[in-house]
Amino acid sequence: MTQQITLAPSARTEPNPDRGRARRARGSEVRAGRAFVAPAVVLLVVFFFVPVLLCFVLSFTNARLVSPQGPQFVGLDNFTRLFSDPLFWKSLRNTVYFGAVVVPLQSGFALVLALLINARIRGINVYRTVYFVPVVTSIVVVSILWTFMYQPDGLVNHLLQAVSLNTVQGADWLNNPSTAMPAIIAMSIWQAVGFHMVIWLAGLQTIPGDLYEAAELDGAGTWHRFRYVTWPGLRATRSFILVTITIAALSLFAQIKIMTNGGPLDSTSTVVFQAVRAGYGQQQTAYASAISLVFFLIVLAVSLVQRFLTRDKD
Amino acid sequence: MASVTTSRVGVRRAASAPTRRRRDRAFGTFGGYLGRTVLAVFFLFPIVFMFVSSLKPDDQIFADLSSLRAFLPVGHISLDNYRDVFDRVPAWRFLANSIGVSVLTVALGVVVNSLAAFALSRMQWRGRGVVLSGIIATLVVPFETFALPLLWWVNKLPWLVVQNGQLLWTFGWLDTYRVQIIPFIANAFSIYLYYSYFSTIPKELDEAARVDGASWFRIYRSIVMPLSGPATATVAILTFLPAWNQFLWPLMVVQSEDKRPVMVGVQYFFQLNVAWGPMMAYAALITIPVLALFLSFQRAFIGSIASSGVKG
Repeated sequence: MTQQITLAPSARTEPNPDRGRARRARGSEVRAGRAFVAPAVVLLVVFFFVPVLLCFVLSFTNARLVSPQGPQFVGLDNFTRLFSDPLFWKSLRNTVYFGAVVVPLQSGFALVLALLINARIRGINVYRTVYFVPVVTSIVVVSILWTFMYQPDGLVNHLLQAVSLNTVQGADWLNNPSTAMPAIIAMSIWQAVGFHMVIWLAGLQTIPGDLYEAAELDGAGTWHRFRYVTWPGLRATRSFILVTITIAALSLFAQIKIMTNGGPLDSTSTVVFQAVRAGYGQQQTAYASAISLVFFLIVLAVSLVQRFLTRDKD
Repeated sequence: MASVTTSRVGVRRAASAPTRRRRDRAFGTFGGYLGRTVLAVFFLFPIVFMFVSSLKPDDQIFADLSSLRAFLPVGHISLDNYRDVFDRVPAWRFLANSIGVSVLTVALGVVVNSLAAFALSRMQWRGRGVVLSGIIATLVVPFETFALPLLWWVNKLPWLVVQNGQLLWTFGWLDTYRVQIIPFIANAFSIYLYYSYFSTIPKELDEAARVDGASWFRIYRSIVMPLSGPATATVAILTFLPAWNQFLWPLMVVQSEDKRPVMVGVQYFFQLNVAWGPMMAYAALITIPVLALFLSFQRAFIGSIASSGVKG
């Protein structure tokens, strides 16, 4: 993300004949500048940098959310406990499973939608608006709505029966360890795909029209135009979408909390869900910090790998 | 790719490109419309189902599931479920809390972040580079990674209160409004959006105003901010949506009913025997404000999401 931000060259060395006045003016500029940035910096330090630092520090202690004593250093205890905790490995597996399915499906589906609404035809704005409606619907609302639809006698099973002419029998989606996660995946994609559709669309619209014109003159068909004009033109958008979908997928929490509470048989417990259960439910801040720290490292590693894979190859 | 504005220009340019129009006319076929409409149904049917079910008694919701009546407001239609919601939970209170928290987060966020961006983009002072890279560094870390240490931390934070005419320190921010607002005011992405928008406003305007003796704050308030309406709209929308939809954080920090926002109120319906009609009514109720905002300002909504991709 840093590459777009260019630090403007300093204008501090401008020659100025009236030096005394200039220095006074510069002094007031420095003071005013720092004063303007101070509220944001203080808030970011208190509510971002300190908690991130605490995540590192507390994971080597025995801190509890509410405790008469201060936290004591316990070395690597939290991590030895974490790595021998089967629930952690299960949560990690579930999180990776969710991400591995959601990332390609959602980004691909979003690209298809973006190509569909990037057309200049009558009424296209209506389609764009409709595809986007789930995005402005809160994930909490979506989760309770789909919990209802996933009931054994719910809408999803009735629709499946109707569409398949009674050949498919529905499932008790959320109460079966093998269907709970796929059900949550389908719902999550339905809710969030419009968001990435809009981002793909913004990328598509930065591709100059004359490139398509040139390709068409060269006799390129629809597929070749996509392959040699659209796809290379989306390189920056692509890496952004990959990173954001992956991080959002790894942070999976609200759906789990509302729809399954981690069950059945921990088949939908995720890393963040486990961290919240430990740090809030059981008040074990230290253990939760250790989970968060591992989560942080995973997110960091994934985004570095993706940045490397989608790097500028020139 | 550099800023919000270039993406807007991009939209216009693509729209007027003649080749694009010729190429896309091919899509405007019956099949094209049919495919797009099937997708529209796919995205809309759960929402329609929610609104329709919120108007029906439970037994009728289930009876209607096996036919298209599930999506039609027919049969015993009433607002009884909504009445039930207000009897069961303090829904007005939850709505007022969410509106208050979101509006304050947006308003304070606009001021704090635009001021910071103004200082970073238009003023010269030592330490600017360090502050800017520090702010950018916060962009890549998701909230979930430090939510639990933050929970521990806010439980220790001090606050000044006036009691019997005396100033007193209290400790612990849990179960307050401020814990739902203050941590989310400063936002690196909002600063970044303002930063790139401000750089499109000519600096000569500031210089002229300086010569006329205007203070820096005056330049910010009377020149730069009035010209930055689109950036403010984007920041407001991108702050409002997560503030309204907050779930994980208020779930952990708010215990008492009177400070609870709408999303956490959902828990009430799962604890009681699930009555789906009132549940759908509650879901509809907390969706309507955002949906209404979206439908009235959809261009701005979609534009702000699009610009969030520009940071790539």
